[in-house]
Amino acid sequence: MRLLRIVPDDTKFDFMRFRRISFPVSAMLSIVAILLFFYHGLNFGIDFIGGTLVEVQTKAGPADLAKMRATVGSLHLGDVQLQEFGAPNDILIRISEQPGGDQAQQAAIQKVRDALGDSVDYRRVEVVGPSVSTELLSYGTIGLVLAIVAILIYLWFRFEWQFALGAMIANVHDLVLTVGFMSLTHIDFDLTSIAALLTILGYSLNDTVVIYDRIREMLRRYKRLPMPALLNASVNATLSRSIVTHVTVAMSLLALLLFGGQAIHSFTATMMFGVVLVGTYTSVFIASPILIYLGVGVGRMGGAEEPEPPIVASTAPPALGKPTAPSARRARARR
Amino acid sequence: MLFFTRWKAAAIVLTALVVCLFAVPNFFPESMVQHWPSWAQRRIVLGLDLQGGSSLLLQVDTNSVRRERLQALDEDVLRVLREARIPFTGRAVRGDHVEVHITRPTDVDNAVGKLRALSQPMPGFLGTTGQRDVEVSENGGLITMTPTEPAIIERIRQAVDQSIEIIQRRVNELGLVEPSIQREGADRILVQVPGLQDPTRLKEILGKTAKLDFRMVDLSMTPEQAAATHPPEDSEILEGQTPGEKYLIEKHVLVSGGDLVDAQAGFDQQTSQPIVNFRFNSSGAQKFAAATQANVGKPFAIVLDNKVISAPVIREPILGGQGQISGNFTVQSANDLAILLRAGALPAPLTIVEERTVGPGLGQDSINAGEHAAYAGAALVIIFMFVTYGLFGLFANIAVTINVAMIFGVLSFLGATLTLPGIAGIVLTVGIAVDSNVLIYERIREEVRAGRSAINAIDAGFTRALATILDSNITTFIAAAVLFYIGSGPVRGFAVTLGVGILTTLFTAFTLTRLIVAYWVRMRRPRTVPI
Repeated sequence: MRLLRIVPDDTKFDFMRFRRISFPVSAMLSIVAILLFFYHGLNFGIDFIGGTLVEVQTKAGPADLAKMRATVGSLHLGDVQLQEFGAPNDILIRISEQPGGDQAQQAAIQKVRDALGDSVDYRRVEVVGPSVSTELLSYGTIGLVLAIVAILIYLWFRFEWQFALGAMIANVHDLVLTVGFMSLTHIDFDLTSIAALLTILGYSLNDTVVIYDRIREMLRRYKRLPMPALLNASVNATLSRSIVTHVTVAMSLLALLLFGGQAIHSFTATMMFGVVLVGTYTSVFIASPILIYLGVGVGRMGGAEEPEPPIVASTAPPALGKPTAPSARRARARR
Repeated sequence: MLFFTRWKAAAIVLTALVVCLFAVPNFFPESMVQHWPSWAQRRIVLGLDLQGGSSLLLQVDTNSVRRERLQALDEDVLRVLREARIPFTGRAVRGDHVEVHITRPTDVDNAVGKLRALSQPMPGFLGTTGQRDVEVSENGGLITMTPTEPAIIERIRQAVDQSIEIIQRRVNELGLVEPSIQREGADRILVQVPGLQDPTRLKEILGKTAKLDFRMVDLSMTPEQAAATHPPEDSEILEGQTPGEKYLIEKHVLVSGGDLVDAQAGFDQQTSQPIVNFRFNSSGAQKFAAATQANVGKPFAIVLDNKVISAPVIREPILGGQGQISGNFTVQSANDLAILLRAGALPAPLTIVEERTVGPGLGQDSINAGEHAAYAGAALVIIFMFVTYGLFGLFANIAVTINVAMIFGVLSFLGATLTLPGIAGIVLTVGIAVDSNVLIYERIREEVRAGRSAINAIDAGFTRALATILDSNITTFIAAAVLFYIGSGPVRGFAVTLGVGILTTLFTAFTLTRLIVAYWVRMRRPRTVPI
C-alpha cells in the first residue's frame, strides 16, 4: 500500500538562511502585538473585570434585540451590552461590574431576572464579584509567569542554558503574538483563554524540545560541522515528524472548532492560532537559529568544511546500491 | 527495546485492562451500578456546565467574626471587673482590641491578674504551644486586651465549618438533590447544586444569617428621643420591618434562637395570617418563662438579624416554652423563616462573590457538541495515521484508543469532574498522543534510510525516540500542573484531563505501542519495515 508522504524523505531546505529575515520580522510583529495590547486592549471577560453575563433564549421566536436592550437599559445598571449568540433567539447580555461590592452584583442580577421574567429561558448566568475577579486576574498572570519559570528551570536541567533561554525567547514570543492576535480579533479573554495560552506554551515547547533534542544529538556526533549547517540538518531531519504532528493537532482543533459549539469557540480559535500557525513558525525559524546567536557550538573544534551527515542527503542502503565515492566518504565520516 | 518477557507483557496488558475497566461503570445507569461492590462504583462526575445546575461561591464575613469576638471579650471584661468590684472607666472596643482604664492605681495588678485569667492557651499538636488566645498588656493603668491572630484564624475556621453544617441543613430543608458544599480556601464556601435552574430562593435562604433574639423593649424613652440624644448604655435603636419604623431595644438577650428546638410555619387561628410557631428546649423554656413572668404587661421584641419583626405585649407568663411569631409574612416567607430557624443561625454573614448557573438546555448542547467534536477529531486522526503509516498507523490507532479508554478509567477512579474544556482536553490529547508514535515511526524511517536492517531499525527507532518523548511531554505536563493550581471550575477540568492524558500517553508510548510492534515483529520476522 502506497503510504502518504507529505514531506519527502530527503529535504534539504536551508532554513537558517531565513534568519536574517525572520528575526526582524518577528521582532516587528512582537512590537505590534505589544502595542495592540496596550492601546487596543484585550476584550476582558467577566472572569477578570467582574460583572454579569446572562445567556437567554427567548421562548417565542427570534428576539427583539432593541426591545430587550431598552428593558435592561431602563434598570440603570451602567454599561450593558446585548448581542446575538449563535442563534437568532439566543441573546447574550453582559452587564459591567456594579459599584458597591459583591452584594451589588447580586442585586443587579435579581433586577434583570425580574425585568425579563418568564419571557426567556435562562441558559446560563454568571456573576463574578470584584473580589473574585481581581483574584482570578492575578492568579492567571502569576500562573503564566510561573509556568514560564518552571519550564525554564526544567529545560536548563535537561539541556544547556543556551537551549533553555532560546526556547523561552521563542515561546514567549509565541505568547506575545497570540495575545496580539486576541487583541486584534477582540476575542473574549477569560479564564479559558489563560488555559489556551498555557497549553500553547506547553505544546509549542513540546515542538521546540524535539528539535533541540536532535540538535543536541547532532552536536555530539558532528563536531566539526558549522552551526548553520548542523541546525539545518536537525530541522530537516525532524521536519517530517513536525509536519505530521501539526497536521494531527490541527485536525483535532478543527474538529473542536467546527463541532465544539460557541462555549469553547474562543478557546479553540486561540489554540489554532497559537499552536498551528505561530508555534510551527517559531520552532523552525526562531528557536533554532537563535542558538547561533547564543553561542551554541562555539567551543567545539573549528569549522573545517565537512561533508553533510548521511541523514540529510539521500542514501541508498549500502547493501543494495553500488558503493560510490560519496558513499565511501560518508562511511568514513560516520566512523 | 523489543524484547518483552512474558511476565512484563502480561503485566502491561493487565495494567491497561484494569485501568480501562474502571471506566465501565460510566456506561451503566445508576440503578444498576448501585448493586455493585463499592470499589467498582467510581464514576466520572459531570461538571455543572454539562449537567446544568448552580454553583455559588460564598464568602464568610471574617470582619464580623472579629467584631463578635471583641464584643464577647468586652462583655467578659465588664463581668470580671464588676465581680471583683474594681472601678474602671473608658471601657471600649477600639480597632482590634478592648481597652479599659483602672481608676485606682492600687487595683491595677489585681485587675491585670483577673483579666489575664480570661486568656486561654492555644492548643497545639502536642499539648499547648505556649501561645495564648488574648494578649494582655498594661500601661499606666490602661489595660489593653488584643485577641491574637492565630486565635482569630482558628475562630474563622470554626465559623466556616459551622457555616458549612448550617448551609447543609438549610439546603436539605429545601429538598435539593445532592448538593456539594465544600470549603474553598480559608474563608470561602463553594455550594454546587446540580439541576438547580433558578438559585434565587437558595440565595435568599443562604443570604440570611437568621440570628433570632428575644429582648425587652426599652420604655425609658421613645426611639426618637434616643436618636436625638444618646441611647441609654444598655440599649440600642433597631429598625422594624416597615421602613422608618424604629424601636429602642435592650441589648441584653433574654432567650436566643439557639435554644429553639422546632419551628413550623402555620396560620394564625384568629386572623388566618401566616405565622411561625416555635418551641424552645427546656433551658430556653425556663428562661422564657422567667422573662415573661417578670415582665407581664410590657412589650418584648423578636429581633431577627438586627431587625425587629414583631413586638407584642406580654399578656401572661408563657410557661410552656411555645409561642408564635406574627408579622408581615407571606406563606413563602413564613416557610423560609421556619427553615432558617430549624437549621440554625449562621455564625457570620455570607456574601455571594461568584455565581454560575447553567441551564439544562445549554448543558445538553455542550455534551452533544463535545461528543461530536470528539468523534470527528478521532476519526480524522485515525484516518490520517492509517494513510500515512499503514500497518504501523493501525498499531498507533489501537494504542491511542486504549489511551483514551485509560484516560476515562483514571478519571473515573479519581471521581474527577468532566467539563466541556475537559472534553476539549481529551480531543487535544488524542492529537498529542499520536505525536509520540509519530516520533518513533519517523525515527524508524530514518534508521532504515541510514542502512539498518528492519529489526534493528525498529529497535533503534524506539530507543532514540523515547528520551525525546519524555522531555517534550513533561513540558506540557508542567503547563497543565500550573493551570490546575491556578484554575477553577471548568478550567481545572481541562487541566485534569490534559495532565491525565499526558500520563497515559507516556504509559502507552513506552509500553503498549512497543508491545504491539514487538509482537508483530516476532510473528512476522519482517525483512523490511512497511513504513
